[in-house]
Amino acid sequence: MLGSLLSQLRTLGTVLRHTFTRAETVEYPEQKPYLAPRYRGRIVLTRDPDGDERCVACNLCAVACPVDCIALQQGVREDGRWYPEFFRINFSRCIMCGMCEEACPTAAIQLTPDFEMCEYDRQSMVYEKEHLLIDGTGKYHDYNFYRVSGLQIFGKDKGEALDEEPPVDVKSLLP
Amino acid sequence: MPVIRVDGQDYEVEAGGNLLETCLELGMDLPYFCWHPAMGSIGACRQCAVVQYQNEEDTRGRIVMACMTPVTEGAIIDLTGDRAAAFRRTVVESLMVDHPHDCPVCAEGGECHLQDMTVMTGHRDRHYRGTKKTYRNQYLGPLIHHEMNRCITCYRCTRFYRDYAGGTDLAALAAHDHVYFGRHREGTLESPFAGDLVEVCPTGVFTDKSLVHDYTRKWDLQSAPSVCTGCGVGCNTLPGERYGRLKRIHNRYNDEVNGYFLCDRGRFGGNHVNDAPRIDYPARREADGRFRALDQAACQAQLADCIAGKRLAGIGSPRAGLEANLLLQRLVGAERFNSGMDDGEHKLLQRSLSHLVNSAARNPSHRDIESADAVLVLGEDLTQVAARTALALRQSVRNEAYRLAAELKLAPWQDAAIRNLAQDRRSPLHIVSAGSTDLDDVAAGHYRLVADDQARLAAQIAAAIDGEPSGDAAVLRIRDDLLAAQRPLVISGASAGSAALLDGAAAIANALARAGREAMLSFTTPECNSLGQALLCRDSHASFESLEASGAEVLIILENDLLRRLSPERVEALRERIPIWIGIDSLETGTLAYCDLVLPAAAFTETEASFVSQEGRAQRAFPVHPPAEARRPGWQWLLALARAAGNTALVALEHFDDIVPTLAGEDPVLQGVMRAAPDHQFRSRGLKIPRQPHRYSGRTAMAADVSVHEPRLSEDRDSALAYSMEGSAAADRPAALLSYVWSPGWNSNQSLHKFQADIGGALRGDSGGARLLDELTMPAVAEAPRPEAFRRRDGQWLLQGRHHLFGSDELSRLSAGPAERAGRAHLYLHPNDAQSLGLAEGDGVTLEGCALELRIDASQVPGSAGYAVGYPETLALRSGQWVPLSVASDWQRPPQVIGSDREAAS
Repeated sequence: MLGSLLSQLRTLGTVLRHTFTRAETVEYPEQKPYLAPRYRGRIVLTRDPDGDERCVACNLCAVACPVDCIALQQGVREDGRWYPEFFRINFSRCIMCGMCEEACPTAAIQLTPDFEMCEYDRQSMVYEKEHLLIDGTGKYHDYNFYRVSGLQIFGKDKGEALDEEPPVDVKSLLP
Repeated sequence: MPVIRVDGQDYEVEAGGNLLETCLELGMDLPYFCWHPAMGSIGACRQCAVVQYQNEEDTRGRIVMACMTPVTEGAIIDLTGDRAAAFRRTVVESLMVDHPHDCPVCAEGGECHLQDMTVMTGHRDRHYRGTKKTYRNQYLGPLIHHEMNRCITCYRCTRFYRDYAGGTDLAALAAHDHVYFGRHREGTLESPFAGDLVEVCPTGVFTDKSLVHDYTRKWDLQSAPSVCTGCGVGCNTLPGERYGRLKRIHNRYNDEVNGYFLCDRGRFGGNHVNDAPRIDYPARREADGRFRALDQAACQAQLADCIAGKRLAGIGSPRAGLEANLLLQRLVGAERFNSGMDDGEHKLLQRSLSHLVNSAARNPSHRDIESADAVLVLGEDLTQVAARTALALRQSVRNEAYRLAAELKLAPWQDAAIRNLAQDRRSPLHIVSAGSTDLDDVAAGHYRLVADDQARLAAQIAAAIDGEPSGDAAVLRIRDDLLAAQRPLVISGASAGSAALLDGAAAIANALARAGREAMLSFTTPECNSLGQALLCRDSHASFESLEASGAEVLIILENDLLRRLSPERVEALRERIPIWIGIDSLETGTLAYCDLVLPAAAFTETEASFVSQEGRAQRAFPVHPPAEARRPGWQWLLALARAAGNTALVALEHFDDIVPTLAGEDPVLQGVMRAAPDHQFRSRGLKIPRQPHRYSGRTAMAADVSVHEPRLSEDRDSALAYSMEGSAAADRPAALLSYVWSPGWNSNQSLHKFQADIGGALRGDSGGARLLDELTMPAVAEAPRPEAFRRRDGQWLLQGRHHLFGSDELSRLSAGPAERAGRAHLYLHPNDAQSLGLAEGDGVTLEGCALELRIDASQVPGSAGYAVGYPETLALRSGQWVPLSVASDWQRPPQVIGSDREAAS
């Protein structure tokens, strides 16, 4: 009996004390909180340092997506690079979990701190590649997948990638 | 049965196997690369290491390669222990030293055996910090993409290509750690089984070129069990679809039919469903000759308008399923139903059917064919007509090697040892044909004769087996080889167009059976359902002439291009006698131009159908995806026609599965088709079987460009499969419903062993398919008159059909890659004949109003001319025709193709 009375008094005291502390509430949207660059919000597709789109349409983001909201189709450009013919995210399903960013082997797909995606029409939440592709490298400035990969593309011959030897001369018997 | 101890647990296992096979059969995960269930062990990759102990006291043990170690009574091995696991991890790490960082842009990724094994061994962190070796790729033709950097030198490709499939133009080149798997120079891979490299290669060195350019990962493919429509063999396939497009065709294992391998026509010949002009909407031809598309209501009205109360006739099709043909036959009446084949072909098929049924010899499956210890091929170039059968024959000649190995107590999986032991000793294979064949290199004898002489030779061999004396050395040699065998096999077919040849083949098989041998007799059939049509029309068949005279007012043509079978004049004549034509087809064929009403049929990837293979095996193909636009399966159009015609017997049919039980009546053979696959009510563990793997991605975005509201999943009311990733994917689901193979940790097609009870044996859910001919009875046919011996005529040449894997069938040439392989139509002449005409290789020859490119071929019988069958230019030509040849005027020689093989070979 006495214990519960004390508890109630302590609660009243706590409430009273909070009357004099500074308010944590932010007057959003007039006041915006600071969101770190690694905050998980809207997704963008980035470009490599040479300005070409990074996405190689490997489908790993699509298969990692727990709500299956990414669909794409691979194509091969004339210079030998794989690219997405279309790349579609249904943001009305997206839960901003960041699994696609983690899965992406080329650092193409990156989450941004922008989370303000309200639409009157749900159809407007479907983003295609032209809506997603930005002109920069995003958070990873130096990575260029094709400089690491063994695939030959225009402008990068076999043996010219990072840590590659020149192509083997199959006609040589020298050790 | 020996008992072995694996990781402290005792197992009773089959004797005679190796440890790798045995561990896999026991359901354990043991990594491997170079071993292949169909090709045996060579111990090259060192990946399947286990620790074997000599006895209970032995605590050290030694590392052995499981694939090279026979199962012995009391063997004690350690599979998961640290030493074995560390060894395997190191092996993978060394294989990965030079492996490029390609997985995201590699068409093998997601179904890569190397990926699976790397994960399975636990190799994660790379210690090597040096540089990687690189290689230049080769252009290997329009079908196969080469990416040599990815190679792990397991030698599977050359072992398959050279040792198993008999190819010569792919080899391990260069020296030491520069080994290169490719051709001696760039060019098209010549083997008709080059496409199997895609599945045999454990990583992405050889990939499907059309898939690379329109890529979808395995986990995103919707697939369903299907049957190849390329020829009469009936190989089981797994077509994969995404976004309404056929992406690729993979082999579907059936131990009795195609095993692990598929020919290139089957693998690459399906893209016509994407590439060729398709029909999407029903259309009616207007007075101005143009077609106008009809909506559903207008179409119904037109159907009723066209056929209500009219006298109907029908032409079926050997490339459409048995059910649709049966429906059409019942709709128009058997007396006005043509099987879709011309009279000659129909009679030849009836004759082969009768021989198969009445012969004392067994009608073999491919598994039986591989066990034959002497083979006689009569009049067929099997590699071009029934390629998978030719591959089976290539294995049958190795039975001599297995016999020698058994004498030395060598296990059959000791591949390298057995090949070394046998060298060139092979079981006899004799080939009687109109020209050289791809099997000549393993043949004990080949005899180049025109069809009539082939038939005469066959009759002599049969007589010689029955004891008649013969002075002909060839006859005696073949007779001796066949009689020396326990399981002799005779293969012939309708390709040569000779009834006497079929009789001769049957006579030989019967004589062998009388001599107490386990004789086998097999006939090839030209199209995927030719034998089904022969069964359907065995009592009644309306020839094209009788259709003309039938007084029919409406002709319904089911998925058949009449212009491939009849001359345009004959089609015109038929058109004049029957006023209304209704064409049902998936492709825009020339025949549709004659039709008044065109109905868009679903292609083989969109419809359920049963096909009867050359073995008489009924097999069910299921739709991979629902038909787009207004396309509907042929059988559904026929039901709509039946409704329009007021046919009360047919309107009650609702499901695909209702067709055969209702319409086949008392015919036990046709009723047997129902055994080919479970019906639509079948459930595995109470659930339908999914067509999509459980990782199928993008479901909430695929169609979001059209509407963000996800469409309801298509329902499949006619089969036990679902257009969904949900359902039961149990490993023991019936083989006929195996829509994809995947098992945890085994993403590649190597996961197949998880679905087999014994490695290389039947699938857990039986083999799939139903053999129909075992229950069939048919009257014996009268023997065809023995033809005259061939005598050459002055100024005239006897035409002999020469088949081509790409180009001779109707469908494969409609796909881009195979069309490039098919090339132009050509004519073969003996060098002397060409010289007498003043012609050189590549010149133009005119015959019967068409100009063909000349190929000089010393294997062509002098006085005869071989023409490429089935090309648009040669459709009017028939085997056995005598034609004059002349030099084509204004002939343009074909441009030289860089990297051409023929140029390289000469």
